[in-house]
Amino acid sequence: MHIIVCLKQVPDARQVRLDPETHTLIRQGVESIINPYDLYALEAGLRIRDERGGKVTVLTMGPPQAEDSLREAISYGADEAALLSDRAFAGADTWATSFTLARGVEKLAPFDLILCGKQAVDGDTAQVGPGLAERLGLPYATWVRKIEAVEEDRIRVQRLMDDGYDRLEITLPALLTVVKEINEPRVPSLKGKMRAKTQKIPLYGAADLGADAGQVGLSGSYTQVMRVFAPVRRREREMLQGPVEKQVHDLWVNLKNRQLIPFDVAGSR
Amino acid sequence: MSATLLIDTDLCSGCESCVSVCPFSALSMADGKPLVNDQCTLCGACAEICPEGAIRVPEAAPAAGPDPAYRGVMIFAEQRLGRVAEVAFELLHKGRELADTLGVTLTAALLGRELDGPARELLRYGADRVYTVDDPRLEGFTDEAYGEALTQIIRSVKPEILLAGATPIGRSFIPKTATQVGTGLTADCTELEIDAEKRLLLQTRPAFGGNIMATITCPQRRPQMATVRPKVLKKGAPSDSPAGEIVPFNLDWSGISGKTRLLEIVEELSEKVRLAEADVIVAGGRGLQEAKHFSLIRELAELLGGAVGASRGAVDSGWIPYAHQVGQTGKTVAPKLYVAIGVSGAVQHLVGMQSAETIVAINSDPQAPIFDVATYGIVGDLFEVVPEMIRQLKAAGG
Ligand SMILES: Cc1cc2nc3c(=O)[nH]c(=O)nc-3n(C[C@H](O)[C@H](O)[C@H](O)COP(=O)(O)OP(=O)(O)OC[C@H]3O[C@@H](n4cnc5c(N)ncnc54)[C@H](O)[C@@H]3O)c2cc1C
Ligand SMILES: Nc1ncnc2c1ncn2[C@@H]1O[C@H](COP(=O)(O)O)[C@@H](O)[C@H]1O
Repeated sequence: MHIIVCLKQVPDARQVRLDPETHTLIRQGVESIINPYDLYALEAGLRIRDERGGKVTVLTMGPPQAEDSLREAISYGADEAALLSDRAFAGADTWATSFTLARGVEKLAPFDLILCGKQAVDGDTAQVGPGLAERLGLPYATWVRKIEAVEEDRIRVQRLMDDGYDRLEITLPALLTVVKEINEPRVPSLKGKMRAKTQKIPLYGAADLGADAGQVGLSGSYTQVMRVFAPVRRREREMLQGPVEKQVHDLWVNLKNRQLIPFDVAGSR
Repeated sequence: MSATLLIDTDLCSGCESCVSVCPFSALSMADGKPLVNDQCTLCGACAEICPEGAIRVPEAAPAAGPDPAYRGVMIFAEQRLGRVAEVAFELLHKGRELADTLGVTLTAALLGRELDGPARELLRYGADRVYTVDDPRLEGFTDEAYGEALTQIIRSVKPEILLAGATPIGRSFIPKTATQVGTGLTADCTELEIDAEKRLLLQTRPAFGGNIMATITCPQRRPQMATVRPKVLKKGAPSDSPAGEIVPFNLDWSGISGKTRLLEIVEELSEKVRLAEADVIVAGGRGLQEAKHFSLIRELAELLGGAVGASRGAVDSGWIPYAHQVGQTGKTVAPKLYVAIGVSGAVQHLVGMQSAETIVAINSDPQAPIFDVATYGIVGDLFEVVPEMIRQLKAAGG
């Protein structure tokens, strides 16, 4: 089986802290990492390969340094990698991103399965997976929390929903986006780390993908970011004081005044 | 053509605010002036903050304007197991306002089985027309059938705006439909406004785990499509004598391959109240120390008529199923009241709940970041505080 895992390099949200005064982000010295969800996608791909044979190719679109994330994925056990990088790709929305990734996937064809993370933790759209599937004319399932069975021409999965889960059977080739519940990613192996250093990673620019500038990056995007700003946090905080009994009482009175609880606790002391 | 950030070094005063605000570490200072590297995504945060107006994001070349044949506001009305999702009513209320501003009609698209009751409900909540596709193949949700059905409805009705709930279903298949009809899609919006003059939908959404907000438009293509987070918009009052009509839509099934087959729908929530739709959520964290102490959370939630949430710490400890997890890797919630008990408030948890209207935090550590977002804070031992909360509520007749 040939499994393609799409991964994105993102700023490490764990290192991002909130400034308690200004409520803005403190991003000093934040490193780039593989989008956390994509490690679950990679692990899911590696497990299928380990069981059924074949290979896992990791694919990313990003700036030249996104190659580091591909090498990291190889250290986890990915067999091959491809980097889509070009100044013209900058500023892509999910429409242009899925277009470019689809062209990249076509370079790697044939394949049986594409795996994506549920969403990337910077853009947070969760639109690239479904968009990519549609571009390639593939059936897909999102929020996959379990792969029940993989056969030659089909896959059975569980999709996480608000109130439980759905069981689906999908004809291959197909695309899945996965949630963290799906597995526990392995750690990079020594052998993998060695291979990550030397592995050749092909690089494709817009011309290699047969894309013109109007189809990729900012100019190929239908959505436009008009404005980016810090969220207003208009919360006035009140720390309740006194003995526990009084604090709790004051809390209920406040919540009652805000019409958040139906009970009248005023007389309870 | 390659797009790069435009920096006017003559205007730049070297204040470095752009460097500190960049979400992607794409800016650095060289000789007192900002330098942009390849990490730049042209998000515009620097342009926004620059006091000198020295930074500009290049504009995409304006192509042909949007197709004027597209008129009207449409919402996708989600139903599951015959129950219309609350967010559909919220969208109708907002959709009415947008439609009135634009002077157009408000329609709804409803897919599933036995839709008469749900369709009438949508009319009562303000739809002028409800398009229904009543078919056993739409009884359960598959991206393929839903995506194709909505695409066909859009191509036929041609709305200029399409809104759907940012639910697991909406966020799953709406990107397929947007790709099929060839338009932009804004994810998980929390605010919608109209620029009436340009007939542009201004779509505001959190990104970066809720730590930055972005206003996004789709100037060239129609419809302008957005998924909207449940519970951030208000639901309107139903009318007793709705004037709208129900219009069955004839779906062409020939392009639907059936490559995705829904085998089974399994309902799994152990609680009566659904987390995503709850008005009140009581959440427990690692401070509970043991699985059995979640009974305190459950009891309080029950008394308040709320749902039970949990931090990742509590879920990873195996005290409660993942379905209850709130935060970046769990559910995003926006209840009226969120009570966080023994939850430290890691930023990944905060982004999932900080849009709650009122937040109560109970934690023994006065430095816990959860207090940064709290409306009311109690510093204390939860094993004293929560039993006292329960006692007083019960005494008050709860
Ligand atoms: C503030 C802000 C708001 C934005 N809002 C929107 C919006 O509403 N609509 C819109 O269309 N765009 C939006 N964008 C642009 C969007 O973030 C980019 O298009 C981005 O390339 C897609 O990333 P994502 O984080 O949304 O990916 P997601 O769709 O969340 O990623 C899901 C999965 O797709 C795969 N994937 C994603 N990107 C790549 C990649 N480059 N290479 C390989 N695999 C990848 C990964 O497997 C990932 O786990 C926004 C950007 C910013 C900065
Ligand atoms: N007995 C307790 N009462 C209140 N808070 C506690 C108690 N024990 C631990 N905590 C807090 O619980 C938090 C753990 O939260 P989390 O890791 O988010 O689940 C920490 O912030 C602790 O300070």
